[in-house]
Amino acid sequence: MSAEYSIETEGLGRTYRLRENKKKKDQPRELVALTGVNLQVQRGELFGLLGPNGAGKTTLIKILTTLLGPSTGWAKVAGYDVHRETVKVRPLINMVSGGESSGYGLLTVRENLWMFSQFYGMQSVEAYKYIDQLLAEFGLADRANTKSSDLSTGLRQKMNIIRGFMTGPEVLFLDEPTLGLDVGASRDVRSFVRRWINENPRRTLLLTTHTMVEADELCDRVAIINRGRVLACDTPAALKHELQQEAIFNLDVSAQNGLEAAAFEALPGVRKVQLTPLDGHSQLQFILAEESVLSAVVNTLTQRDVTILNLTKREPTLEDVFVTLVGRSMAEEEKVGSNGNGH
Amino acid sequence: MNLRSFRTAAWLGWKIESNWTDPFLFAVYSIVKPLSGAAILVVMYSVITNGNFTDPLFPYIYLGNAFYMYVGAVMTGVSWAIIDDREHYRTLKYMYVAPIRIPLYLIGRAVARFLTGSFSVFITIVFGVLFLHVPINLAEVNWLLFIISLLMGVVLLALMGLTLAGVTLLLARHGDYLGDAVAGGLYLFSGAVFPLDVLPAWLRPLGYAMPITYWLELLRRSLVGSVAQAFPSLSAMSNGQLLAILAGMIVLAAVIAVITFRWCDYQARERGYIDRTTNY
Repeated sequence: MSAEYSIETEGLGRTYRLRENKKKKDQPRELVALTGVNLQVQRGELFGLLGPNGAGKTTLIKILTTLLGPSTGWAKVAGYDVHRETVKVRPLINMVSGGESSGYGLLTVRENLWMFSQFYGMQSVEAYKYIDQLLAEFGLADRANTKSSDLSTGLRQKMNIIRGFMTGPEVLFLDEPTLGLDVGASRDVRSFVRRWINENPRRTLLLTTHTMVEADELCDRVAIINRGRVLACDTPAALKHELQQEAIFNLDVSAQNGLEAAAFEALPGVRKVQLTPLDGHSQLQFILAEESVLSAVVNTLTQRDVTILNLTKREPTLEDVFVTLVGRSMAEEEKVGSNGNGH
Repeated sequence: MNLRSFRTAAWLGWKIESNWTDPFLFAVYSIVKPLSGAAILVVMYSVITNGNFTDPLFPYIYLGNAFYMYVGAVMTGVSWAIIDDREHYRTLKYMYVAPIRIPLYLIGRAVARFLTGSFSVFITIVFGVLFLHVPINLAEVNWLLFIISLLMGVVLLALMGLTLAGVTLLLARHGDYLGDAVAGGLYLFSGAVFPLDVLPAWLRPLGYAMPITYWLELLRRSLVGSVAQAFPSLSAMSNGQLLAILAGMIVLAAVIAVITFRWCDYQARERGYIDRTTNY
């Protein structure tokens, strides 16, 4: 691979044409899933795409893995154009999508994996050896001869993850790889991913996730994506550093009808407020320009007869970065997106 | 690597095709299904002709119907793999990401159907010879013509299947009916169940334009030459002429298959259909 970047995109966009709904003529006929995406992922990098469901992460992976044509711009993987040079790209990549039960259920785990190894030109002896090693590493050795239809969703997902790594790709795409896995299995996968990338500097991995911890723990760099646009791209530490000069407070307060985030947004020095009604009380999350602004917040609460149950100051997370960039949390953004903008 | 992929696809096809809980049931089904199909035709023929099984029309119909099983097996076998992988197993996108030639993979998947189809054809013909006096004399069979014709037919059907597979890529819903619809249409106009002479004059060109017409004629001639030539529509042509026409049509089918599949493949990627599932 002679390319400077493992993955490179410029002005990449994708618009889906929607079927006309004769009953709802006012509905849009197009859906912009990606727009103006410029990315450079270096060889050896573990790169994360962080965003809510419907942000455009899967669309981007589909384009990069040659499954979908872009509407605008271009993308290269391992130095080859993914749209025009698919035959050169495919031997160098592999992909795994999380949260789905793909695979030939009538084949055993070992047969499924062997079959794909053959499609990648591996010798059977070598393939079986590597398959058995990976099965042991993922705790699936005792299920090697189980039909994959008899596996739980989580175990099937592990099998698919092995399928992705098994063929030794130069660039691997993992689309929400830990979706559907329990906490322990997710941790195992994350640790394997990190080890795999560290073992060989030629390997590159692009991972999409909407789990902040996953992006924070695992990725060398993260691009935050929402509504088809890349909003920020840097190391997790650098993204959070932007917020470190600000003060982030969580306040649990007594439930109060009529309490609105807008009442605090007007206060000088309040950058963002998020109000989350919880069972029996509410939680307020503030991003403040500086700590001294907190006294104005407390005064406002006191004037409204709201009791503060708990107050904590915390370090910024990628979730805070997202809130700062978008104005809403990922969960809220997903709700908004599912009302008409999801893809 | 292409051969390895083809072999693996054929292995997968066989695993899927023979995925019966009981091999005995699988074998019984493979025998009962073709014989039942043939039996319906025989009963209809018997009613219409008052049981005149000595007429050359009977072996014409019987053999045409028997070999037509290959059309369903091979042609729809190739295109069915698209629906099966995309909708059922949800693996089509992984096949597309893999460095394989998708057309070769699809044809490989149909090998199992060709084998089970061959078994059905064999059983049907043996049944016809033993119990219905289909006049096949092994000593008089033109084996060379039979093997060449059969192989050419399989190649032809695989290419037609590839064209169908391309179109299926663009059909999100009801793609599974497409194969049946095409096979059903060809059944009427390719001389499978009645000679082209029976068709109205204005419909005959349709039959002459179909390569399966020549393929079935060659197979009949190779097995029961004199009977097959009893109908005037193609009897004026020699075996060599029929083979030449069939070969020409295979070349044409190959060109159509390559162009259609490439175009549909491109369109499917443009529209995002490779991994689209319908959940119906």
